[in-house]
Amino acid sequence: MDLAYSERHQIFRSELQQFLKEHKDSAPKGRASIGKASDEAKQWQQLLIKRGYAARYIPKKYGGYGAEFDLLESHIIAEEFSRANVRPGHSGDERVVPVLLELGTEKQKQELIEPTVNGEMIWCQGYSEPGSGSDLASLSTKAVLEGDEWVINGQKIWTSGAQHADMCFCLVRTEPDAPKHQGISYLIFTMDRPGIEVRPLVTMTGEAIFNETFFTDCRVPADGIVGKRGEGWFVANATLQHERGSLGDPNQTESRLRSLVELMKNETIDGTPLIKIPAYRDRLMRLQARMLGMKYNGMRILTAYLKKEEPGLPRWIVKLQGCELNHQIAALAIDAMGELGVLYEDSPYIRDAGMWQKSYMLDLGLIIGGGTAQIQKNMIGERALGLPKEPKYQQGA
Amino acid sequence: MEFALSEEQVMLQDSVSGYLKSSCSLDVVREGVAGGITKQADVWQGICDLGILGIIIPGELGGVDMGFLDAALIAEALGRAIAPIPFIGSAIMAPVALLSGGSEEQKENWLPKIASGDTVFGVGVTEQIARRETDGIVYSDGTLSGKAMFVVDGIDADMLIIADDSGALHIVDANSSGVTRRALKTIDKTRAVAEIVFDAAEADTLPRSKNDKEPLLKTIDAGRIMIAADTLGAAQVMVEQAVAYAKERKQFDRVIGSFQAVKHMCAEMASDLEPCRSLIWYTAHTVNDMPEETRALACHAKAHLSEVGRDIAKTATEVHGGMGFTDLLGLHYWFKRVGLNRQLLGSPELVREEAALAQGW
Repeated sequence: MDLAYSERHQIFRSELQQFLKEHKDSAPKGRASIGKASDEAKQWQQLLIKRGYAARYIPKKYGGYGAEFDLLESHIIAEEFSRANVRPGHSGDERVVPVLLELGTEKQKQELIEPTVNGEMIWCQGYSEPGSGSDLASLSTKAVLEGDEWVINGQKIWTSGAQHADMCFCLVRTEPDAPKHQGISYLIFTMDRPGIEVRPLVTMTGEAIFNETFFTDCRVPADGIVGKRGEGWFVANATLQHERGSLGDPNQTESRLRSLVELMKNETIDGTPLIKIPAYRDRLMRLQARMLGMKYNGMRILTAYLKKEEPGLPRWIVKLQGCELNHQIAALAIDAMGELGVLYEDSPYIRDAGMWQKSYMLDLGLIIGGGTAQIQKNMIGERALGLPKEPKYQQGA
Repeated sequence: MEFALSEEQVMLQDSVSGYLKSSCSLDVVREGVAGGITKQADVWQGICDLGILGIIIPGELGGVDMGFLDAALIAEALGRAIAPIPFIGSAIMAPVALLSGGSEEQKENWLPKIASGDTVFGVGVTEQIARRETDGIVYSDGTLSGKAMFVVDGIDADMLIIADDSGALHIVDANSSGVTRRALKTIDKTRAVAEIVFDAAEADTLPRSKNDKEPLLKTIDAGRIMIAADTLGAAQVMVEQAVAYAKERKQFDRVIGSFQAVKHMCAEMASDLEPCRSLIWYTAHTVNDMPEETRALACHAKAHLSEVGRDIAKTATEVHGGMGFTDLLGLHYWFKRVGLNRQLLGSPELVREEAALAQGW
């Protein structure tokens, strides 16, 4: 057990703290919106790339900072931005850029990574379908090669930001006769073409975060494939793993709990701050203990990665625990506000611009999205505890 | 940055666990507790030989001078084995009280004896956490009078450390005149808690605890961390047993662990318990390295392990179906160990209140 950082990392951290102190006012406020980045957000991203706090490990020739990968530096960046409550930068699109870097052609890398990293090229993900959610590999949107074009037919759902997107990375069935995992290809193409119809899907928050996207004889260039035909499932899995990694991030949970403490100090009933009222205080303490457990669990995972070991169970539980915990933090914030907690949109008296109700709903979305809580429990049960899979359902059995 | 056990720590825990696995099986525990024994002679001797009773005692006073994380790993191993020996009161809380509140003479006199296992200490601080069924304990003119409840390791003790109403700590010979003890039967037969009545019993005050509550509070913090670690070990066994049973027991031509209803119970237990391990490691580590963080964390570790431990004790029993409810598998020994741990040194609601106070809220 040695919780100290090397001198190099301590310097890295204090430089970053200094940077945040000087520049935090030029950072855009609030959560990043889905869709096109504002000019303010683009400028912030540019500054962060220049200083090495965004797109840090993406090679210079593709628009990144070009540093050698260092896990602890990433950890320090995430921690300090969260602690300072400043919007962090990004490495383009966390789902598709790593895939392009690893498996894309040189032409794809040169054309696509830099604008993505700069926030000028927006992507949407065409994975889930109405009939293929948790069982994603059963997807049926198909693509047939005709000359130098793929012809796509089918429907995708949950395509976040498709209405703003310039590009789509999409899983399609290209080998209908192969076993289900081996019949899928990973295609990328621009969204501004005939045969694509995007219908916004309004969620419980009242916003159209997602869409249904319909493909009707949509023609896309044949060279927009990443990996080989039939390898799409394996190409995509690298990114899905990445998405699971970021859901339930303990830094985010810690910063939310900090906001909750502030709220409970400031909100009062008959002059008594909520944090002094035993029933609310007890719930806060329960959540703090769980948050701390996940924070230190995160340190364990980090240590395993630093030693190039597979973290095992501590890693498997992050999404399940973290998303549920975030949801419960928002729930307590709402209860602490009482009637004020259900105010919404532009209502007078609303606190924190309505962020808590929005979080409460969005966090429920995240409990479901990116692998539902039930799928997470199956994975924990089967992969970490070695329990057998459910036998396949047999018709008429 | 390294948040992990060292090789030495893994070896320490393996050696304690290995010894207990071979010498402190469920049958041995059953046999002992049937006779009302909470300090199994053979197991006790083995633990003395391992040298772990002096785990936090300085080398020059007969101990091995290791850290609280090492101590927590031992407590976890003892919880795993539901070991019927006095450890948390005698080997952890009493040394902390002596080291933080005692005179040089008191330390030199008692710590080597604790480390060798020659003397067992019981520790009574319950009245300073939540006083019930007693009017308290008063110190006057070198003597102690009153009643201490739920004294940890009190029945097996040769000597006692008792907190009076002001929070000062006193050493009392458990066999001296003016001391009457009675075992309090609890659900958990593997450990001893006692009611001890003092009637002008001769008491040797820990001088640095007279006008300073820190020695008392440090003793309680230490006890809470170790109880939480004990629960971690006991709960871990219950999860492992439930998973093993779910892989073996068949109904409807399938092992029950292939049913999602059962699989998800197992997954929830494992996923609730895993962060507890990190919480305990970190908390124990602060005692030596970041003591300003310890109090709130010790409260959180104690309260959180109590909650997760209780859920697991219930759920693991349910996974075993009717068998879990019987004495045949003996699962209830772990269930009850976790049950006693939950209440000792403060039930979760009380301890969470302290966690809030410790942060100035």
